[in-house]
Amino acid sequence: MSRPALSTAFMALLRRDFLLAYRRRAELLQPLVFLLVVVTLFPLGVGPSPQLLANIAPGVIWIAALLASVLSLDSLFRSDYEDGTLEQMVLSGQPLALIALARIVAHWLVAGLPIVILSPVLALWMNLPEEGVPVLLKSLVIGTPVLSLIGAIGAALTVSLKRGGQLLSLLVFPLYVPLLILATSAVSSAVAGLPYNGQLGLILAGLIGALTLAPFATATALKLSLS
Amino acid sequence: MNRFMLFFHKTGSPPWFYGFAGKLIPWLWAGFIILTAIGLYMGLVLAPPDYQQGESVRIMYVHVPAAWMSMMIYAMMAVMGFIALVWRIRIMEVMMISSAPIGAAFTVIALVSGSMWGRPTWGTYWVWDARMTSELVLLFLYIGVIALYNAYDEPRKAAKAASLMAIVGAVNLPIIHFSVLWWNTLHQGSSFSADGSSIHASMLWPLLLMAFAFKFYYGANLLSRARLRLLKQDHRKRWAQEVIAEGLLAGGAK
Repeated sequence: MSRPALSTAFMALLRRDFLLAYRRRAELLQPLVFLLVVVTLFPLGVGPSPQLLANIAPGVIWIAALLASVLSLDSLFRSDYEDGTLEQMVLSGQPLALIALARIVAHWLVAGLPIVILSPVLALWMNLPEEGVPVLLKSLVIGTPVLSLIGAIGAALTVSLKRGGQLLSLLVFPLYVPLLILATSAVSSAVAGLPYNGQLGLILAGLIGALTLAPFATATALKLSLS
Repeated sequence: MNRFMLFFHKTGSPPWFYGFAGKLIPWLWAGFIILTAIGLYMGLVLAPPDYQQGESVRIMYVHVPAAWMSMMIYAMMAVMGFIALVWRIRIMEVMMISSAPIGAAFTVIALVSGSMWGRPTWGTYWVWDARMTSELVLLFLYIGVIALYNAYDEPRKAAKAASLMAIVGAVNLPIIHFSVLWWNTLHQGSSFSADGSSIHASMLWPLLLMAFAFKFYYGANLLSRARLRLLKQDHRKRWAQEVIAEGLLAGGAK
């Protein structure tokens, strides 16, 4: 039996993941509702003063995005691990890094992209000034894939553990620090009328770096979890 | 096989490593005690108080070496983890994970001694200053590696997962450090650079002596922990049972 081409395998995996996601629509909504609830808690906790909310808006929205992404990451490889699909994927002869990348891309499209789409509503709630909204969108577009990429390493490391969820957040949150700093600073700079391209450029560099390295680290971690 | 390769392969064998490390440990402890005694005497008694910080500068003789150690040990863990993953040397897995609690302890020492120094000097125990924040993130990374190791039942699998986590953390650590540095800084810049140091010799010597003393401590503590971990993992194997029986005999003879 000859091995299908890399692109065929990649697209097949992507199609499968979309189909699975579509059949589990309700589950997909959970992280998004979680995101909305977390952001709602802030005005209730710190008070509804528009100025205060505007000041903390970039940080609150980004932290909520981090939390929501970790919440959905825990199940990234879990069901495939439990029913043996992951083992078959390793045995398929396709490079495991490619399989991991397909999973990550699918995860971003079903869990990361909705955050981006939802973010203008969140910005409105948090009273973020208009100048900040396009930059918030840009930072989320290039930043949330980094969350999926780095998070996938953690998800792969904890997939064989019974209670991996808490451990996963302990493992990946420290790694999210630079992204959080750069993204919130870009949005705050835009609101203050300062240049923000440097920060966005650095996030983009981080995305390229993570895109090249994270699939391999994820593949190594998956092999470890299956051994 | 040349001598070096022979030595290299021997250290990969748990019984040989156990014996060799056992012989090395007393020397490392001796080095630690002597260097600490001289370093602390020079730092606490001979060195002058700082013209700005006063007597509280003496905290630096513990704080700075501990902060150095916290970073060095993490780098060591990444290197040992890499060796463990690529060449699958079990001793390296054991050394990697045995380093983690020591590194975490040094990180805590650096953070606590820094807070104690910050109160009289900056007027506050804690500020979200760049270096303090990245040191705190480093502590979280250490805890993550230890927690991941403890979550697995099988020690070799656990060590491999922890090794990978250490490597991923080490790749990110410079990025975290520079992003935090750029985010907010109150800390004084480093007194050391490629051109030499801006510290007077009377303060530099105790600092360097303490830095070396801590390295000896790390060596001694690491080898003791690694020996114990090996013994625990191998307690059903013959060499370990012989070692344990010998220890019981020696204990009984007293």
